[in-house]
Amino acid sequence: MSKERIKISPDLYDIMPSDYQDLVQSATYGKEDRGWKDIGTSKELIEQHSLCAGCPESMAFRYILASLPNPEDTVMVGSTGCTSLVFPMVAVHNIHSLFGNQNAIASGLKRALSVRFPDRVKDVVVLAGDGATVDIGLDMTLQAWFRQEKFTTICFDNELYANTGGQESGLMQKGFVAKMAPVGKLFDKVRLPEIARESGCHYVVNCTVSKPSLVEKVIRNSVLIAREIGPTYIQLYTPCILEIGKNSMEGLQEMRDSEKPTERFAYKEYVSEPAKQFLAELAAKDKERKAAAKQLAGKA
Amino acid sequence: MAEIKSHIGTQNKKGQTYTDAWKMMHEAPRNPSFYTGSEVIKEALRRASCDVMIAYPITPQSEAAALIGELFAEGYIGDYFRGESEFAVMSQCAGAAFGGARVFTTTAGPGTMRAMENFPMWAGARLPIQMIVTCRGINSPLSIQPDTIEISYLLNTGMLVWHAETAQDFFDWILKGFMVSEEPEVHLPLALCCDGFFVTHTKDVVNLTPADMCLPPYDPYRSPVPCMDMECPPVRMMRDPFIMKSNYISYATHASWQQEIWAAIERSRKHTIKWINGLIDTENTDAEVVIVASGTAVSQGREAIRLLEDEGVRCGLVKVKSLRPWPGEEIREATKNAKHIFVPEFNVTGWLAKEIKATIPNSERVHAGPHVCGGMTMPPEIIVSEIKTALGLRSESLAGRGS
Repeated sequence: MSKERIKISPDLYDIMPSDYQDLVQSATYGKEDRGWKDIGTSKELIEQHSLCAGCPESMAFRYILASLPNPEDTVMVGSTGCTSLVFPMVAVHNIHSLFGNQNAIASGLKRALSVRFPDRVKDVVVLAGDGATVDIGLDMTLQAWFRQEKFTTICFDNELYANTGGQESGLMQKGFVAKMAPVGKLFDKVRLPEIARESGCHYVVNCTVSKPSLVEKVIRNSVLIAREIGPTYIQLYTPCILEIGKNSMEGLQEMRDSEKPTERFAYKEYVSEPAKQFLAELAAKDKERKAAAKQLAGKA
Repeated sequence: MAEIKSHIGTQNKKGQTYTDAWKMMHEAPRNPSFYTGSEVIKEALRRASCDVMIAYPITPQSEAAALIGELFAEGYIGDYFRGESEFAVMSQCAGAAFGGARVFTTTAGPGTMRAMENFPMWAGARLPIQMIVTCRGINSPLSIQPDTIEISYLLNTGMLVWHAETAQDFFDWILKGFMVSEEPEVHLPLALCCDGFFVTHTKDVVNLTPADMCLPPYDPYRSPVPCMDMECPPVRMMRDPFIMKSNYISYATHASWQQEIWAAIERSRKHTIKWINGLIDTENTDAEVVIVASGTAVSQGREAIRLLEDEGVRCGLVKVKSLRPWPGEEIREATKNAKHIFVPEFNVTGWLAKEIKATIPNSERVHAGPHVCGGMTMPPEIIVSEIKTALGLRSESLAGRGS
């Protein structure tokens, strides 16, 4: 989709909602080097949200949407949960169908877009909670990776079922007392990043969303690698402040505390050999481009 | 957005000519061929301009699903792969249809049941996916034998549901089914059912359309809901997602959306009548005794009628082709002279008889049966016996039935 396509007929301009007018005027579709720094200076691709005040998931959503390398040709797939409260207000096409089938939907979607647009880039990005990704949908999460489906899977890991009121999930820490874990969870947090690596993902990152520049880099890499090489998996800690007994302003500190070197969300990254090579080529091209720009600026 | 233009008369990469569907199905020469039902599915798909087919093995549809894989290898299908379960496959089909593809799949029995959560979602998302259902038992102990019980579960999903009797029905209805399903005012999935093994694994003469003609491609921009390909403006759909709201607007939205799906089924009626020449076929419905059936029970009913004629009992026949949309008016009209209505079925509950009883006046005229299930065949003699017993005529005892 080009930005031309969202233009409004002058006769209808004044009756269009202001958020749509803003999208036409100052969204970042098609902008090279778009990123989190556009937040505040251009129209974001997320219009409000009905998440709790201070929810780290809302930060994650904003950073991710600001960092997609190609939002004008990206389709996102969600699942049931708090994320499904946000997607109706996201300005890229997105699909909610059932709980847990997001990677199956994305598999069919990516293939259909490849058949229909063989000469164009159409990125597919899955964004779902940990219940959808690791529990009810694990089969389809893994099988999409086994098949080397070329899309990105992002998991918002809040370590429980937040939307239904705080029940035990597979990504919950051992010992945590929650609904449906009345004496504390009896088994370890599922090690999905390691499983992702063994299942054929080419780029796997486990981190929090405390640093927007880091989220930007990770999202950009994961989408570009998925486009060119194969499946990628990003697990982001987006704590449910409500269910872990924190206040609205404490989400950021909770993430910072959880990403210390010995903690469970210390930054971890796996990059396959083909993906390493691809990233190196990207970096070289980037360097070349910057050098050329500098030279040009020098001449001027 | 892909350019909107007519493809009629142009060729695809396999050299087939995109042909006006009505002309292809009704005017083009037909070539008699001797094929199994599974091979007929393959031959229909060869001519269907299908973008994506997703497969999963389950008897008795596995052969058809694998044969379509061969079509993919030959270049007739855009993409094809084996999913990991029927639930996943039906979601993959949904993903492909959301992305604007013409999508086809096949399933049977327990697979239909496993995938069930997807079907109301398909209808609700207005995805015109075509799914072949080669019916088989779903009971425990494990059975792979023919049984049509699964159709009853599909009737309230919001899908169109047709029940083919023969391989010829199958060939024609697969191609015609896409035309009905993809009408902008319909745009619903179609479950095209047949009785497993009886249709899939027997050979029959089927008149095929020319292999160098194919359906026009699916145009996703005729859909009543946006295609998820980022080729049209992405707008904020709503200020407050309805899912979490317990208020009148939320209820009214969901209610009207459900009503719209059933209204779309109603709107499919005229297209279905046009394409498959009526929702029912009738023979001799002026008789006092009428058999109403769907699927291969129609064939057995036809044989029973022949046997009864030899004994001087005149009996009419109603073949129900479409179950959704339901031919209520047609069945009322076709059975208005009947004093006795027999509904032979290949399932234990008699879902078709229940539907008919709920449709016609004086429903005590309906004799729900005979029923066979679990893979039993339905010899015409047991239909004859059921009818003669009900009419008070002497019936010879049938070996093995203990009667």
